[in-house]
Amino acid sequence: MATPKELRAQGATPMVEMTDISIAFGGVKAVDQVSVDLHPGEVVGLLGHNGAGKSTLIKVLSGAYQMDSGEIRINGDKVEITNPRDARSHNIETIYQTLALADNLDAASNLFLGREITTPMGLVNDAAMEAECRKIMGRLNPNFRKFSEPVSALSGGQRQSVAIARAVYFNAKILIMDEPTAALGPHETQMVAELIQQLKAQGIGIFLIDHDVHAVMELCDRASVMKNGQLVGTVDIEDVTDDDLLSMIILGKNPAGVAA
Amino acid sequence: MTETTSQPIPEQQKRGLFQQLELDMRLLGMIGAFVILCIGFNILTDGRFLTPRNIFNLTIQTVSVAIMATGMVFVIVTRHIDLSVGALLATCSAVMAMTQTQFLPNVLGLGLDHPLTWALTMVIGLATGTLIGAFHGWMVGYLTIPAFIVTLGGLLVWRNAAWYMTDGQTIGPLDKTFMMFGGTNGTMGTTWSWIIGVVAAVLAIAVIVNGRRAKLAHDFPVKPAWAEAVICAITSGSILGFVWILNSYNIPTRRLQRMFEAKGETMPEGLEMGYGLPISVLILIAVAVVMTIVAQRTRLGRYIFATGGNPDAAELSGINTRMLTVKIFALMGFLCALSAVVASARLANHSNDIGTLDELRVIAAAVIGGTALSGGIGTIYGAILGALIMQSLQSGMAMVGVDAPFQNIVVGTVLVAAVWIDIVYRKRLGAK
Repeated sequence: MATPKELRAQGATPMVEMTDISIAFGGVKAVDQVSVDLHPGEVVGLLGHNGAGKSTLIKVLSGAYQMDSGEIRINGDKVEITNPRDARSHNIETIYQTLALADNLDAASNLFLGREITTPMGLVNDAAMEAECRKIMGRLNPNFRKFSEPVSALSGGQRQSVAIARAVYFNAKILIMDEPTAALGPHETQMVAELIQQLKAQGIGIFLIDHDVHAVMELCDRASVMKNGQLVGTVDIEDVTDDDLLSMIILGKNPAGVAA
Repeated sequence: MTETTSQPIPEQQKRGLFQQLELDMRLLGMIGAFVILCIGFNILTDGRFLTPRNIFNLTIQTVSVAIMATGMVFVIVTRHIDLSVGALLATCSAVMAMTQTQFLPNVLGLGLDHPLTWALTMVIGLATGTLIGAFHGWMVGYLTIPAFIVTLGGLLVWRNAAWYMTDGQTIGPLDKTFMMFGGTNGTMGTTWSWIIGVVAAVLAIAVIVNGRRAKLAHDFPVKPAWAEAVICAITSGSILGFVWILNSYNIPTRRLQRMFEAKGETMPEGLEMGYGLPISVLILIAVAVVMTIVAQRTRLGRYIFATGGNPDAAELSGINTRMLTVKIFALMGFLCALSAVVASARLANHSNDIGTLDELRVIAAAVIGGTALSGGIGTIYGAILGALIMQSLQSGMAMVGVDAPFQNIVVGTVLVAAVWIDIVYRKRLGAK
């Protein structure tokens, strides 16, 4: 299989193309004419200050917000994404910063929320869902034990594995991770990093939003930097240093002679 | 990523008796409180509280509030409130009273006691309740007006809409078949009650056995067989015990005589007949079963609890929370109409003050039953038990002879204390 870089060099059609996306809230342009793309097996980091518009941009793709103007293409086809259900039908899964779990439900109920397994009579099949949940957790987080307790009783890392399991279980092709390690300790962060490598190897494209420049340098193939709602630039990680990225984030300046 | 090893299921450890039974401790606590209450009143009233007659009356008095309390659980679980249920009950009751006494006789020419009258009346009444409820839900979900405001407005609107429709008059008498849904006027008799009781007990055992099979099919831990057997015995025992109590309340001789006279027969000397299960109680049981299934076994119920636990998560999971709000309030409206049938049939007429302050009784029943106003937590059986506790308190105090003002003071105090105990209990258990 060709690497993401080779695919780009061949001019292959990206899995996701977001072109000239704009969205404003009450006169403030949160995202202004931003274009990003993503190839299979590629991890694209989205960097920027708080309020730079990264999360807003990505929520357009996940269906939580509707763009004012712009175009989204999935595998070259123009698509309309007006709600989270549309995004899911294009195999786009999102792991939110806020973890988007219902605290009062158990892991299996959260894993299948909105897509429950039902019996032939149309009732939810809790036993089947718990069995599936145990299977996927066996792969993702073998230490996970608390299947019958509400997720409010879980640690940050355990909650994160439920959120990740949700994205992985439903065969995401395009995965959006909004600061997936923000609430995690070092060991759990490492677990997420390994998982990203695994998913990448399976040809899943990942948008990774992160504050941590080092994490982005380690995990991503490319990075798109945003500032004040606009795209500063997209760079190949191999061509830049930590300091280059920092100056893009802070000063909004592209490093000399680098373009991706 | 290709291995499919499942999570190992931990070995069952030896545990205490109660833990092996895996009973809901909150439920046990409530039943305990209820039993203490009943025994206390029974002592204070020299044994008049726990007679078949009083238990019969208690159950039929509880039905109307209990039916609405099951719907209020869903409303409160999704972090809303419905202050209009008593007023909505009055409007539905007024609509049904006018339908059977004015509309059907004058427009369609169907008189009272025509076989179609009660059925048409109920269809119109239930549709009215459902539509008004859906309208409330639309204002809450789509216009994003807080439920507190929508239903506070609804309280004033529907209370007075009922008044306007009936000119404030008491409307009666009502259709004979319709009045059978009220309680005393419609009971199954002893034989049918026993049949229903046995069928219910068998069904309950079948449900327990089925649940165990589903767990075993996936190799999940199950309770020891003896524990399941104990629970089966308790469940079927309670069902049959309840039927036995209601069957042992005999229809008063004078009343029985009149019933025979109405049919043009003479009553055999020394005949005794028990009331058995009232139809209104059967309706409540049916509502409880259906609502429990909705809460625990349907997507709708799952989404209601998910939305209550984290509205944003529900929305991001692709749940249409606005439509969900409409459905919840429509269901609440339907149940208000059903309660209106029971309440007006029990009174044998529609009176202008029907359902007054029911909104507070219904909310109190749901809350005493463990529904958390912060959302996401609540059970149907809890709400029904809450309604039963409230009603027992009220009628027990009336029997003991507590002054009217003190009755309400006690009920109010109990409400606050019950919620406080619940908060303490949840904290001990680690914020579940």
